[in-house]
Amino acid sequence: MKSEAKARPAPRVRGRRLGAFVFLSPGLTYLVVLLLVPLGLVLSYTVFQRGRFGGVVYEFTTENFTRLIDPLYLGVVGNSLRIAALTTLIALLIGYPTAYLIAQLPSRWKTLALVAVVLPFWTNFIIRVYAWIMLLSGPGLVNSALGKLGLGPYELLYHEGTIVTGLLYSYLPLMVLPLYSAIERLDPQLREASANLGASAFTTFRKVTLPLSVPGVLTGCLFVFVPSFGNFVIPEMLGGSKSTMVGNLIRDQFLKARDWPFGSTLALALIAVLVALLIVQAWAARRA
Amino acid sequence: MLKIDGVSRSFGSVTALDDVSLQIEQGEFFALLGPSGCGKTTLLRIIAGFETPDSGRVSLDGEDLLSKAPNRRPISLMFQSYALFPHMTVAKNVAYGLERERLPRQEIKQRVGEVLETVGLSAHAGRKPAQLSGGQRQRVALARSIVKRPRLLLLDEPLSALDKKVRADMQLELKRLQHEVGITFVVVTHDQEEAMSLADRIAVFDTGQVRQVDAPVTLYERPSTPFVADFVGANNLFRGLATGLDALRSEDFGMLAGTPLEELAADTPALLAVRPERIELADENAVRGMAGTVVDVSFYGGVSHVSVDVPGHPKPVLAAVQGAGTVKPGAEVKVRWNAEDAVIMADPQ
Repeated sequence: MKSEAKARPAPRVRGRRLGAFVFLSPGLTYLVVLLLVPLGLVLSYTVFQRGRFGGVVYEFTTENFTRLIDPLYLGVVGNSLRIAALTTLIALLIGYPTAYLIAQLPSRWKTLALVAVVLPFWTNFIIRVYAWIMLLSGPGLVNSALGKLGLGPYELLYHEGTIVTGLLYSYLPLMVLPLYSAIERLDPQLREASANLGASAFTTFRKVTLPLSVPGVLTGCLFVFVPSFGNFVIPEMLGGSKSTMVGNLIRDQFLKARDWPFGSTLALALIAVLVALLIVQAWAARRA
Repeated sequence: MLKIDGVSRSFGSVTALDDVSLQIEQGEFFALLGPSGCGKTTLLRIIAGFETPDSGRVSLDGEDLLSKAPNRRPISLMFQSYALFPHMTVAKNVAYGLERERLPRQEIKQRVGEVLETVGLSAHAGRKPAQLSGGQRQRVALARSIVKRPRLLLLDEPLSALDKKVRADMQLELKRLQHEVGITFVVVTHDQEEAMSLADRIAVFDTGQVRQVDAPVTLYERPSTPFVADFVGANNLFRGLATGLDALRSEDFGMLAGTPLEELAADTPALLAVRPERIELADENAVRGMAGTVVDVSFYGGVSHVSVDVPGHPKPVLAAVQGAGTVKPGAEVKVRWNAEDAVIMADPQ
């Protein structure tokens, strides 16, 4: 009797583990086959030499890394960092007041405003970027409107500013949504308590609302910075040939220069920067 | 000190406050008591400035309050949820109000230290609210409210989040503190025991109106409206007509002895209320009293509650007797009381 009672739980635990494995396996397979294996390959390419017509020659070299610290390439990485940082900063400055106002709306209007924020995502990304070209090109809508006022035409496309505009337009919702959820979650009584203790509306914002929404700020910044930093479609379409971002460089190494090892090394550098940022964000969010 | 004059407030079709007037004196511990949704919290929020009345005036020491922004009123509010700032330590939470007054750092430090000492939380000054128990959070909220030395302290259901044992301790502590700091306290509660034990005077609210304002003992012994008689404490209520004498004429039970609180014209609808502890259980052969059958005896330690089913009365008549009851369920008894122990009041409905 006793041994039977003891033995019984074991198969059940094993069964539960088996069940968990069965349910997890599609996700695990996806993760391993489509993420971890390719990532491993990319990482391994960084220490090999390029093939003459693309591909990889499996002979060890550190040449890719020495090339990486060439001012030319570091400049591209720095350029990307600057563009992504500027985009993130502007997105925060626009996104915070937007999210704050939406969070104050009566609940019926809240939903409507959130739908309006997300609405652009329902249209194809490329089409939306093309729309900007239509707007900003030489004979485009903005210039013809300015022309009627006797101004221009200006070269509005193919600046760094155009890239920032495009990135901003594409990723602003990713800033607004986490900010909104962080602000909306705050107990309105905290603001009342602050007022009751003698704080003005501005002090209440500075001392209570803002510090308590820092996790949302960090998430929003990360959500905008990450896709902006590695982006290559928007700089390609709106930035012209003058400014290159690290995403373009990587794509060019793989598809045009056919230098897979160096492309991989650049990709590794990009991933390293992003992982470092993620760690900083996690650390800051825990402290907030 | 605090004068509330004809204050009304409605939300859509719901009337939260209907022409409420109250006068609260300096140093008083005043309670606003009523069931939930009776408007008492709305009144508190109007006093604090988070709500504006549709009409009426509120003044503090003769000074109009309604024209002042919430952060300029010399009034502290302790929230039901405590609303402690989760990202600040206990000391920072308490210092918040003083920092807004731009007091010298040294004075802030000293006053925060003193008030934490008063509420017994000196050892917890460096903790965050999440690291405290419910009772400790309540005391932080209290410390944060009184450290500014407001002229008036409003407390919204201050003890409702605490368990029974802590609650009793905190009741005593609140009372002690009120004597110590000498601030006028206005507490909102739905718990009549809390109101009774804490307050000097109680205003009983019902559906946006004040039904009675009196000291706890008067409220209990001399309820002046049917709502108060029913809401405050257990009561046995009999409906009938006033007689112009010390009695109520009931359709089912004939003349019932009681004392009218005011001059009531004969044959106007009236209500007689008699407390369980004023009811005497007599032998079934007694000359005077209503005949009934004991249906239940519940022992509460010091007292027992005896429910007596009296034919013709909708609810059993409740009698409280000292110690364990001597009667058993099924016993035939008579219930009776003295005229001075029952009150008769007008019954407008």
